[in-house]
Amino acid sequence: MSNHDHQTEPPSEVELKVKALESLLVEKGLVDPAALDELIDRYENRVGPRNGAQVVARAWVDPKFKAWLNEDATAAIASLGFTGRQGEHMKVVENTPHIHNLVVCTLCSCYPWPVLGLPPVWYKSAPYRARAVMDPRTVLEEFGTKLGADVEIKVWDSTSEMRYLVLPEQPPRTEGWSAEELEPLVTRNSMIGVEKALTPDNT
Amino acid sequence: MNGGHDLGGMHGLGPINPEPEQQEPVFHHEWERRVFALTLASGSLRQWNLDQSRHSRERQHPADYLRNSYYENWYQGLLKLLFEKGLISQSEQDSGKAVPMETHLTDNVLAASKVTDAMLKGGPVNMDIEPPPLFKRGDTVRVRNINPEGHTRLPRYARGRQGVVDIHHGAHVFPDSNAQGIREGQHLYGVQFTSSELWGSEARNDFQVCIDLWEPYLQEV
Repeated sequence: MSNHDHQTEPPSEVELKVKALESLLVEKGLVDPAALDELIDRYENRVGPRNGAQVVARAWVDPKFKAWLNEDATAAIASLGFTGRQGEHMKVVENTPHIHNLVVCTLCSCYPWPVLGLPPVWYKSAPYRARAVMDPRTVLEEFGTKLGADVEIKVWDSTSEMRYLVLPEQPPRTEGWSAEELEPLVTRNSMIGVEKALTPDNT
Repeated sequence: MNGGHDLGGMHGLGPINPEPEQQEPVFHHEWERRVFALTLASGSLRQWNLDQSRHSRERQHPADYLRNSYYENWYQGLLKLLFEKGLISQSEQDSGKAVPMETHLTDNVLAASKVTDAMLKGGPVNMDIEPPPLFKRGDTVRVRNINPEGHTRLPRYARGRQGVVDIHHGAHVFPDSNAQGIREGQHLYGVQFTSSELWGSEARNDFQVCIDLWEPYLQEV
């Protein structure tokens, strides 16, 4: 069963029901419609994976910052202004030539909002949640990511309020690049662990 | 609860079909935006906590949970909480007409001007507790085989399995109690499991799975 179609083509009945619920709650004074717009704008336009890309690029160029990330990711990330809801307790997991990290939430959709924004549909989907902990290599292949047999995969199932951010490997041929030059190579998917960071040839 | 949400290791769900990263919008429909914001704004009324909110989405027929899209499950969960807390009634839902009510909750209503601060602050769940942790890094532990009917963050695929403590995260709010409205801290550990321990020795390639587990889920080996 693929539920992908349901994700993109919901019955219009839902639309009507949601509208009715919003009207009720506004009329009863339980929600402020301006706050709804503000919440949507924040997570649609202001908080997203470019935040995480700043964290990663900084870690690549600044060994002290990287050490701080390993020591206390919540504080190190907060120093860049990324704090709060769904990122109260952060842990950064670092990819190396021999270890590849992958993040999932099998029970719901836990995801580090302050650095990545809201999760994509596939991250919340049943097939990803079911398979990431049972067959991660095939899952990675579905994203076009092939790892050598000598690379160990570590899957992080986000069952608590700990939130995981993957620190991807710095791409080859980017030695000496500045953090600003590196940021565009850091994709959202590389910080979840389903892909590697982009290389200078494929940006 | 052994519900439709506990998906680790389920077969037959098909391919993942990810949308390309550069093309995927944050929301696919206007109603998704509204459900997202309504859920967060209603949460600020402080009539339920995060675990009760998760539990409200899980308490559905597994077929419904799997058939619904993500934000449909959020809508179902929110509606359930609003009914259960008496914030709206079935007749209001049916008629679409609000019945005025006396409430002190209006003081809690999230104002647009408070959204940024509230989101930047979040809701940390670490707690100071008296009892020292029972386990330390490197200890071998076995996950208890428990099947609570209420909310739990112990996935089915880990029950009865043996792993090694990788990290002690300190004490965090225990979700199983929190979902019942009782805020208590319990030590939380990152526990590593081998793929063969979780799925049998026929697993195609070895890998590790790290799961965050609270002390009441674990026993000494």
